[in-house]
Amino acid sequence: MGTSVMGNNIDAAENLPDYPELKQLLGRTTLPGHELIELLHAAQQQYGHLDQPLLGQIARSLKLPESLVYGVASFYHAFRLEPPGRTRCAVCTGTSCHIKGGTRLLEQLQQLLDPACGGSSGDSRLSLESVRCLGACGMAPLVRIEQSSTPARLYSQMTPDLTLNLLQSAMEGGLPPGEALAPVRLLGPASQRIVLANCGAIDPDSLASARAAGAYTALEQSLRRMSPDQVCGQIRDSGLRGRGGGGYPTGLKWELVRSAPGKRKFVVANGDEGDPGAFMDRTLMELDPHRVLEGMAIAGFATGADHGFIYVRGEYPLAARRLRAAIAEAESAACLGRNIFGTPFTFQVRVRIGAGAFVCGEETALMASIMGRRGQPVIRPPYPAQHGLWGRPTLINNVETFGCVAPIILKGAAWFSSIGTPGNNGTKVFSISGDVTVAGVVEVPLGTPLRQILEMAGGVTGGDFKAAQTGGASGGCITAEHLDIPVDYDSLTGLGTIMGSGGMIIINDRRCMVDLARFFMRFCQSESCGKCTPCRAGTEQALRLLDALCSGEADLEQLERLEELCHLMRETSLCGLGMAAPNPVLSTLRWFRQEYLDHLRNGHCPAGVCRRGAAPCRD
Amino acid sequence: MPRLKLSIDGIPVSAGPGATILQAARANGIDIATLCHLKGLIPAGACRICIVEVAGGRRPVPACATRAESGMVITTASERLQAARRQIVELLLAERNHQCPVCVMNNNCELQAVARRFGIDHVRYGFIAPTLTVDISHERFGLDHNRCILCRRCVRVCDQVEGAHTWDVRARGTASRIISDLARPWGESGSCTGCGKCVQACPTGALFEKDVQGTRKGTLCLEKLLEWRRRRTR
Ligand SMILES: Cc1cc2nc3c(=O)[nH]c(=O)nc-3n(C[C@H](O)[C@H](O)[C@H](O)COP(=O)(O)O)c2cc1C
Ligand code: SF4
Ligand code: FES
Repeated sequence: MGTSVMGNNIDAAENLPDYPELKQLLGRTTLPGHELIELLHAAQQQYGHLDQPLLGQIARSLKLPESLVYGVASFYHAFRLEPPGRTRCAVCTGTSCHIKGGTRLLEQLQQLLDPACGGSSGDSRLSLESVRCLGACGMAPLVRIEQSSTPARLYSQMTPDLTLNLLQSAMEGGLPPGEALAPVRLLGPASQRIVLANCGAIDPDSLASARAAGAYTALEQSLRRMSPDQVCGQIRDSGLRGRGGGGYPTGLKWELVRSAPGKRKFVVANGDEGDPGAFMDRTLMELDPHRVLEGMAIAGFATGADHGFIYVRGEYPLAARRLRAAIAEAESAACLGRNIFGTPFTFQVRVRIGAGAFVCGEETALMASIMGRRGQPVIRPPYPAQHGLWGRPTLINNVETFGCVAPIILKGAAWFSSIGTPGNNGTKVFSISGDVTVAGVVEVPLGTPLRQILEMAGGVTGGDFKAAQTGGASGGCITAEHLDIPVDYDSLTGLGTIMGSGGMIIINDRRCMVDLARFFMRFCQSESCGKCTPCRAGTEQALRLLDALCSGEADLEQLERLEELCHLMRETSLCGLGMAAPNPVLSTLRWFRQEYLDHLRNGHCPAGVCRRGAAPCRD
Repeated sequence: MPRLKLSIDGIPVSAGPGATILQAARANGIDIATLCHLKGLIPAGACRICIVEVAGGRRPVPACATRAESGMVITTASERLQAARRQIVELLLAERNHQCPVCVMNNNCELQAVARRFGIDHVRYGFIAPTLTVDISHERFGLDHNRCILCRRCVRVCDQVEGAHTWDVRARGTASRIISDLARPWGESGSCTGCGKCVQACPTGALFEKDVQGTRKGTLCLEKLLEWRRRRTR
């Protein structure tokens, strides 16, 4: 994009406060202008928030237009433009937390704390906010408390009273320890694991430990004994399909990038994992970072790329730290970096940290974000394989897809394709949470029946099985009659849902499906980038209609309007976010239409979840 | 390179290599309504008014941002497309405060023209009607957020043609707003050259010229400007 440096307002500049540390922070960036988001992260860490003078200084230092810098800083929810409270309380509004009362908890706290917070703007003592799924769904409902003096702490199974007590002690300076980081439980038989095989078995902070478990042998083997074409061929023959949601054949994508003209190419690992209620990728990046890096390097060799980026969701600081440490250690052992294993092949990986935008999982928005811009999708074609980062051919795969690569190279395509069902080869990692006995991560062959996966999580709690929501906000639900369905790309599509990236929320019969659909629509509405009309204005109108339904004010005509809007969004949105935003509504309408009808004017919420004034409610 | 041969609404047409579907259609006298498109700017494909069906494609595509290809069979005005377009215009009309009778651009507005063209006489969605500000701090121009449809033509013309990049968008989703510099009043902008291209590029009454009754817009010839700029940089 043709951005220019404009004449800045000199008078104003002279009155600006000084930011001596900014120079140092700037010194760390190597692609000035394109590392705007990195710099904003660093500046926020240094100064607490990003106010106008600071943003102006950043714009001048990077020689970027002021409006561009402000546009970027305000696009991402992780950046604070106003000073935060000294004690910051965040309630998780991910799917599991929502169904277990997180949203209601937030509302109650808002009412209780309103005076203390000084309204929504927040005074300097205390601020209350909602936070996107922290990938710790086993702890729902989850509250995070941060104070400038201490790192963020997490508290599980919270109620308003418990939270108030915590805040009281926090402000008196005696916050109980809490859990620093939510542990992920690995469920199901270890023998079936391929991608997660080393997770939990190795020390993620030690290259030696990973090497002892076989890390980088596949890379060495590829470099020494295979040609890039052979590597692409292996991946193609294995039948591996992208694990990020689309299920596009990975080998095909690699060959497209390989054959795209251009000397400079890039590999990008998508670790944004923005779906509320998904934490598979987090598990892999935290517990076996070398596996992802090795897969990326093999992809670099196969496609002819010498640089890689791994984009890590901002909510996963541990994953980012471990990946950075892993890269440094692997480079010093010649497993990455220059002349890997003494061969001419060079591959450098950089970590990029997301800043709180689900849409940045979309590949064109992801690339914009890596280049330090607003995460707004652009029209494809051209596809990233032809025209990606800085206009160069770029391979984008999910981190779990990269996690499958090394085993395929070591054990062969035939072995991989013998696992799973025809057309759905290999294993898939699922994160299962919601109304289950133990929330956690399972890795099973594709085509494993849902019932078995559910059993690995100890079955349903709090009631009987009602539905499983797969694919998060872009997906739909599976009902009890389909519990024996083999879970793979194709069978789920047949049921009108998608496997997505592997988030799976189990819902018992005391939950309201209309409320769940509204929850996902609210998510999409707040994550819409705002570029195209059907998604920006459509999600807003759909949310209003669902609000009306939940409060018993909607009539049949409004229900029709909602369905019509859903079809519009699906057909005409620019990117996958808007296209898939109506899926939860359409899916719940398909299987639970009666519940919607019950919610119409003068009706009631059969589950007693939706509170309303006059309408009779069961609870 | 040979010319492209395709069919639009049953009419065989030809187009130069690299042409978009919209260019191919307009060059052959078939008009497709647009909003976020402005000749001379890089297409954004954002408003989705110009969607057309390509035979064999799964979804409609924006004509303004999709390259024409030989052999394409394109429909521009099916029942389904017209219904979708009407819905999109209704969504836009409900999103902010579009009161034509009191607007400087009444009868000169692209949104109004499109609504008229599709015969929209009422809006079936709830009016969101947010309370938005009007920035009249600039000496000659004003910005009324109530009438903005977020087409970003101002942002693009300022960046791609004037090279000032005074405008950008802040926040996201429905909270998106056009901003100048660090979201400061336009009149205080250090980067604005006062060229007025954004005002000319705006399809509605959101950007307007003060004191001038019924600003005429769309009179700016971007192609000539681009040509001039190319010559200057060469
Ligand atoms: C709104 C949206 C969000 C997405 N989020 C993710 C994500 O968090 N992680 C991911 O790997 N892919 C995500 N995707 C899919 C990516 O665009 C892309 O298809 C994927 O990373 C390709 O990798 P794969 O072929 O290995 O699946 C998302 C797509 C959309 C439209
Ligand atoms: S569908 Fe939504 S997220 Fe995607 S471009 Fe349109 S507004 Fe942005
Ligand atoms: S004119 Fe084509 S999408 Fe707006």
